[in-house]
Amino acid sequence: MAILIIADHDNNQIKSGVTNAVACATKIGGDIHVLIAGSACAGAATAAAAIAGVTKVLVADAAQYAHPVAENLAPLVVGLAKNYSHVLFPASASGKNTAPRVAAMLDVAQLSDVIAVESADTFVRPIYAGSAFATVQSTDAIKVMTVRATGFDAVAATGGAGVIENIAAGADTGLATVTGQELSKSDRPELVDAKRIVSGGRGLGDGDKYRQILEPLADKLGAALGASRAAVDAGFVPNDYQVGQTGKIVAPELYIAIGISGSIQHMAGMKDSKVIVAINKDAEAPIFQFADYGLVGDLFTLVPELTAAL
Amino acid sequence: MKILVPVKRVVDYNVKVRVKADQTGIELANVKMSMNPFDEIAIEEALKLREAGVATEIIAVSVGVTQCQETLRTALAMGADRAILVETNVEVQPLGVAKVLKALVEKESPQLVILGKQAIDDDSSQTGQMLAALLGWSQAAFASKVVVSGAEATVTREIDGGSETVQLKLPAIITADLRLNTPRYATLPNIMKAKKKPLDIITPESLGADVAPRLKTLKVVEPPKRKGGVMVADIAALVDKLKNEAKVI
Ligand SMILES: Cc1cc2nc3c(=O)[nH]c(=O)nc-3n(C[C@H](O)[C@H](O)[C@H](O)COP(=O)(O)OP(=O)(O)OC[C@H]3O[C@@H](n4cnc5c(N)ncnc54)[C@H](O)[C@@H]3O)c2cc1C
Ligand SMILES: Nc1ncnc2c1ncn2[C@@H]1O[C@H](COP(=O)(O)O)[C@@H](O)[C@H]1O
Repeated sequence: MAILIIADHDNNQIKSGVTNAVACATKIGGDIHVLIAGSACAGAATAAAAIAGVTKVLVADAAQYAHPVAENLAPLVVGLAKNYSHVLFPASASGKNTAPRVAAMLDVAQLSDVIAVESADTFVRPIYAGSAFATVQSTDAIKVMTVRATGFDAVAATGGAGVIENIAAGADTGLATVTGQELSKSDRPELVDAKRIVSGGRGLGDGDKYRQILEPLADKLGAALGASRAAVDAGFVPNDYQVGQTGKIVAPELYIAIGISGSIQHMAGMKDSKVIVAINKDAEAPIFQFADYGLVGDLFTLVPELTAAL
Repeated sequence: MKILVPVKRVVDYNVKVRVKADQTGIELANVKMSMNPFDEIAIEEALKLREAGVATEIIAVSVGVTQCQETLRTALAMGADRAILVETNVEVQPLGVAKVLKALVEKESPQLVILGKQAIDDDSSQTGQMLAALLGWSQAAFASKVVVSGAEATVTREIDGGSETVQLKLPAIITADLRLNTPRYATLPNIMKAKKKPLDIITPESLGADVAPRLKTLKVVEPPKRKGGVMVADIAALVDKLKNEAKVI
């Protein structure tokens, strides 16, 4: 049995989530190979080869993979898939974009957001925004799935000795082209990697207050900044700050929810955090049912007080 | 051009779902069902394209049990022109739905299919991408902006760490993210009018589509509950707990 992992990367580095997918593959058992489809991506290939447990890295280096679109990536993966029992993608936006396209081309089902491995064909995944966990068995010959990072402790990014092998790139289908990208830049840790997250909701009032109140606290803690959908919809912060069922899934050591009520959809994205702190003026807010430490009061006085106390 | 919009009937997003005691699934008896929220956004986008003169006809489609007619009536009340129910009692999964939709696309020849990005019951987020694969079409999943001109669509889509713009050749598949638009409500007169709009009922077999499930659900359980926490009186107490009890700062 061999397992192929389709890595997210920026041509130089591997994105977080890949080492968690490798951890999932280790649980399934078998030879673990990683595919790097990129353009001038030797750095990413070297990084993938160093991941503990990876035995081979397949590199498809071509201009059309500079910003790989699913239309071009999927045929490449499908061409390789017959040699594998499992094809794993991190459950990132790019994995979720491509994995179903690969599965349908192979005429197999796809499993989304796998959080545990029961056996080589049976997996656990959350449904209904994490309100239930389903144990699901696949009857297909090739299991195509996306792996939720928070379900698996990452393996070491170093110590592996994978062999790097160049493979032929697939054709450019010409169906879709990326014409622009807007990535939010920040000196803070990425939300999905952060050990600590300070997250703000509608209670912050507006974008200026969000930054004024939360940034000093995040700076003190070395934390990433997150938000509820209400805060994103109201334009306090960009989309990629959103934590929840339809945003990022995070599980930091410390998650501080400020002015967030604790909807099912928000909790779906952060309830696996080790320690949850909630600051909310409404003692009845549902967030207090999940929080390890709750503090009732006005965030505009409490948060600066907390920042000063650290 | 025609636009096809698949809409799924799901447990309303406000319902707190319960796992069945025998662990076979979710309790669905007497539970409020609604159109998947992302599909309302998909319908709205199609309506906007019709209002902008790009689309000429909007066809709403649902695959599932006979009650999906209610979901389709909602789509018609929002403004879709006609509806098709592909009726089946089989537990449909994304690959099966994609096969049904492929057959319908071949029959109806739309230039665009706009789906929701994810159904909030199975949380799969697969059907649109699978349909694109089966048809060999281009895809823009997780769209937050759509502009159609001539034989191309320019779509802004949400990616890890930001957004990107893709240029797609039509025909194409788009899946709607939350921020694409705010769906309109169906007004009472439009709900009345919707009752007279055409709603055809066909079967997957008549389309030659195989909807047999490939994934078998062995059991459904409640996730481990977080232990109820404690309330602290003030910031000093909170900092003390974080330092000395949780040891996270
Ligand atoms: C299909 C779908 C998907 C969704 N996906 C997501 C998702 O991924 N992530 C997500 O977060 N939401 C999601 N939502 C939205 C979700 O249902 C809630 O509407 C949203 O999470 C609420 O955000 P909030 O807690 O910031 O706002 P509210 O619920 O309005 O809560 C604001 C809180 O701030 C408190 N507050 C106000 N002022 C102060 C003050 N001065 N001091 C202290 N506390 C104060 C209030 O007491 C209140 O509890 C989704 C919804 C749908 C339908
Ligand atoms: N049974 C169904 N009937 C109609 N549309 C569906 C059905 N299942 C999924 N869809 C469409 O596919 C989208 C994504 O669903 P999923 O892949 O299940 O997360 C939904 O938002 C709908 O637009």
